Amino acid sequence: MHEQLGASLTDFAGWLMPLRYGSETAEHNAVRTAAGLFDLSHMGELSVTGPGAATALDYALTGQPSALRPGRARYTMISAADGGVLDDLIVYRLADEEFLVVANAANAAVVSAALAERAAAFDAVVADRTDDYALIALQGPRAAAILAPLTSADLTGVKYYASYPARVGGREVLLARTGYTGEDGFEIFAAPDAAEYLWTELTKAGASDGLVPAGLAARDTLRLEAGMPLYGNELTSDLTPFDAGLGRVVKLDKPGDFVGRAALADRAQQPAQRQLVGLKLQSRRIPRHGYQVLWNGKPAGTVTSGAPSPTLGMPIAMAYIKPDVAAAAAAGSTGLAVDIRGNAEPARLVELPFYHRQS
Amino acid sequence: MTVPTELYYTPEHEWVALSGSIATVGITDHAQRALGDVVFVSVPTAGTRVTAGEPCGEVESTKSVSDVYSPVDGEVSEVNTEIDEDAGLVNSDPYGAGWLFKVKLDEADGEVPPGLLSAAEYTAITKEAGE
Repeated sequence: MHEQLGASLTDFAGWLMPLRYGSETAEHNAVRTAAGLFDLSHMGELSVTGPGAATALDYALTGQPSALRPGRARYTMISAADGGVLDDLIVYRLADEEFLVVANAANAAVVSAALAERAAAFDAVVADRTDDYALIALQGPRAAAILAPLTSADLTGVKYYASYPARVGGREVLLARTGYTGEDGFEIFAAPDAAEYLWTELTKAGASDGLVPAGLAARDTLRLEAGMPLYGNELTSDLTPFDAGLGRVVKLDKPGDFVGRAALADRAQQPAQRQLVGLKLQSRRIPRHGYQVLWNGKPAGTVTSGAPSPTLGMPIAMAYIKPDVAAAAAAGSTGLAVDIRGNAEPARLVELPFYHRQS
Repeated sequence: MTVPTELYYTPEHEWVALSGSIATVGITDHAQRALGDVVFVSVPTAGTRVTAGEPCGEVESTKSVSDVYSPVDGEVSEVNTEIDEDAGLVNSDPYGAGWLFKVKLDEADGEVPPGLLSAAEYTAITKEAGE
């Protein structure tokens, strides 16, 4: 299907996924100005059901899913006992006793096993439903206008991070107003045998609005501009949510114990060892994952993600740097650079995200 | 994928156009597709000695950086300054406006420099790699 569209495919965590269909820059720009359609069927979907599902998730995750109303979703994380991040997740509360946890493809098995182990003491059942769901994301300022004629759902009533069962193109789906691009948009969870039909219908419906199919390459630059972390880059099992500036996902004030609580409570009291920052460069060369950040010529940190920003027209990067360097650079001191294959390319510290949508 | 028959190729996905003692060098259509959008190209300046099979520059795309290998022995006689302004020419016209540099061959005896592949041989290589 994607190959018929001219896609370059890539092996991603065991899934053959579209990296790009044409130019990833054109796909990126289409999502910023019109809309893009992504196949995200590789994402892991885990269901947690039963009378104890909510309390099991409160114990298993850093957030407090029990506080979610049915039909709402939340960005959260799952930590190891030492506080290290095992994955970042979106938890959808579908009903009082039914949750859907969406995990990164590469981590789905780890998350599934951890959830099953942590839920064992509760009256809850964890099931890996990854093969039961295809996931299509429709993202961009025209997304709602494209989707509206295909669904009976009142999209104006669907808030950001809301989800509910709906019919799209006559097929039963879970429709969520979530995304990973920094734009308005929807994620559509459907039965795998409905996916190709939905993809085709959405493509037809969006053609006159400038909708294009978009691949993982564009998805990565879109999320980077939006300052969103990527597991494996900004988040790893060696880092806590606090390192990534995402301490807000750790609900230390929720009732009861949760896995990682002691370590994270301790970490919350410690001075930060590193700070996740945004960098802008004037160079033609691109700062990339793993490149060293320099402060007055000396090592001061590491780039976690970097790309030429189609929206800003310059290379951008996220990097972990020493807090004192971040403070000095934020106060206006120059001296920050990225070592790009032996060239110290000057960099400017900026606040994240790089891009805010107009709304 | 386009592989013009009048050109010669390397296993590293460069193409070579021979005209008298001058070899024009670029990267193939296959290479530009695999790389994705090219954002920066670094090539040796005019006058630089280059050796067949050795890296002499790099092509950077949104996703990766790749070395450019000189396909021939000689001295760089001209570089494409247009791609300095618009590296996307490497994507849009890899065999034309997206050329990288020209080399004055050490041995301009009219023979095809050693190690270069015909279009058919190059096509076979890319097919073997399953691409």
